[in-house]
Amino acid sequence: MPVIEVIKPGMFTTVQDLGRFRSQMQGVPVAGAMDSAALRLGNILLGNDENAAGLEVTITGPTLKVITGECCCAITGAEVGVTKNGLPISNWTVHKIVTGDEISFSPPPQNGGVRAYFCVSSGFEVPLSMGSRSTYTRGGFGGHKGRALKAEDVLRTVDPGVLSGEHEGFVCPPRLRPDRNPGAPLRVMPGQQEEAFTEEGIETFYSSEYVITNSADRMGYRMEGAAIAHREGADIISDGICLGSVQVPGHGQPIVMLADRQTTGGYTKIGVVCTVDLGKLAQRLPGQKVRFVKTTLAEAVSFLQQEATLFNSLKELRADWRRIPQVKENHVPAAETRSICVTVNGKTHSVLWEVLN
Amino acid sequence: MTPRIIFAGDSCIVVEYGNSIDMEINARVQALRAEIESRRFSGFIETIPTYRSLAVCFDPLAAPPNLDKLLLEMAEIAGNTSTIGEEKRKLLIVPACYEGDFAPDIEKVAANAGITVDEVKRRHSARDCYCYMLGFVPGYSYLGGMDESLETPRLKEPRERIPSGSVAIGGKQTGIYPIESPGGWNLIGKTPLRMFDPLRTPAIFLEAGMWVRFVPIDTSEFERLAETAALPDWKPDIREEIVRKEVA
Repeated sequence: MPVIEVIKPGMFTTVQDLGRFRSQMQGVPVAGAMDSAALRLGNILLGNDENAAGLEVTITGPTLKVITGECCCAITGAEVGVTKNGLPISNWTVHKIVTGDEISFSPPPQNGGVRAYFCVSSGFEVPLSMGSRSTYTRGGFGGHKGRALKAEDVLRTVDPGVLSGEHEGFVCPPRLRPDRNPGAPLRVMPGQQEEAFTEEGIETFYSSEYVITNSADRMGYRMEGAAIAHREGADIISDGICLGSVQVPGHGQPIVMLADRQTTGGYTKIGVVCTVDLGKLAQRLPGQKVRFVKTTLAEAVSFLQQEATLFNSLKELRADWRRIPQVKENHVPAAETRSICVTVNGKTHSVLWEVLN
Repeated sequence: MTPRIIFAGDSCIVVEYGNSIDMEINARVQALRAEIESRRFSGFIETIPTYRSLAVCFDPLAAPPNLDKLLLEMAEIAGNTSTIGEEKRKLLIVPACYEGDFAPDIEKVAANAGITVDEVKRRHSARDCYCYMLGFVPGYSYLGGMDESLETPRLKEPRERIPSGSVAIGGKQTGIYPIESPGGWNLIGKTPLRMFDPLRTPAIFLEAGMWVRFVPIDTSEFERLAETAALPDWKPDIREEIVRKEVA
């Protein structure tokens, strides 16, 4: 079982999967990757379950050392620089790492995003807490000891299996990477309390430019800009807060609620950012600008379908890559291996097997 | 009572019953939650019940079309299942020690109500409280039904650290702090139970729609229970009681 030691922890590095579901009714936040598409693509590159736990790296990444074992890894999300034993390696690519290898990160360039994902074959092995491996630092649970990584932490990965090395060198082509253009507007569906705002208030929200303030973290991003007017007050009797909700408290400034949001709250919500656009926001920094445009449920669902098509395309490509020998030069398989891509209930899986004599 | 049904984003739909804190309204929320949990639908993920609404989280790529209509149908069925004149209550027994360092504000609560400390203890544990919802932090319960005479204004200066398990009064409400957190409520006791333990299954025993009964214990009983509550096979005392409603 590969073991990885944290030499330097980076600014804020946490173990995250796709989130903790089924406990929100008891007040337990979902947490999970802020740019979930990036984590999913990293896992698909490695042939993992899409929900496998990876490291969410924030701006300044860690330095990691493989203590024992070998596995593959891939870095997705923000355009961080990554080196293996001092030599640059490319993001969105499957690399093999072995005992003694040291992986080091440098911050992304301006407009290059905020959060990168370091994924390994089969994912990081931390105890499940309420069904998830995601770290919720405010509550001090999940992930590695309920906190961000520190120097000398030792992480184990799930046993990668004999075929994990088969995809070394496989690349996620740029066309299948999510668009994280920092200028793209965020598409919003009307929220539960849109009627709590005046017509001018709604107009202000959709026509103004907002700046992300310094209070922007995994829980939510507070914005500053033209104040949004309520009809009568900003307080409601608490109701559920779903991912991407845009809360507007009495001061009229919007707050987009993200992965570590509390489950319920008593402020009016003018809208909800489309699920596919949340990764765009998660890749922006305080000081960067945000615009909101209105969309419909049907459109929001079609964006999700398009995103699912990208995920499926990468899975198919992965299966093809395995099948067509000329794509990977100098690759000598240990035994005859075969692969197939199957779609079950709309989900595409690539299956790989080895012929044993 | 026909609810209002509204999509909140692409992956959540909210069913709203009225706009007040009311046990009848909350009972509808709980009945709908039970109906959805028992029937499920493809793509269903989870629900978030609050005082007067139910948020239903789902995967839009797997959910059936016209989910709003389906939920309206479920709400109708749920509305018909409530029994008149009789109510089955699920009750969590919460032992609470109202003594010494656990209760730094109990004298203030007593003085505010014009009663003795012993009477605060008696009144606080005499009535079962209803759990409308959980939220704010993991396992934090919004309880209703506390004896009105115990109403006490919140502290002017909130405390930075309130120990987990503290039993507190804030205005008309009473509650239990499941994890160490800041807060401005008056501390009148502490339970040895671990209201939230992320490594236990389930991590939280209390659910919206359940009732809570505080049972006074002394410090030696507190210590004994605190030890057993830390054991891996510990089970809480949850009872089912039939309560006859007064039919007017």
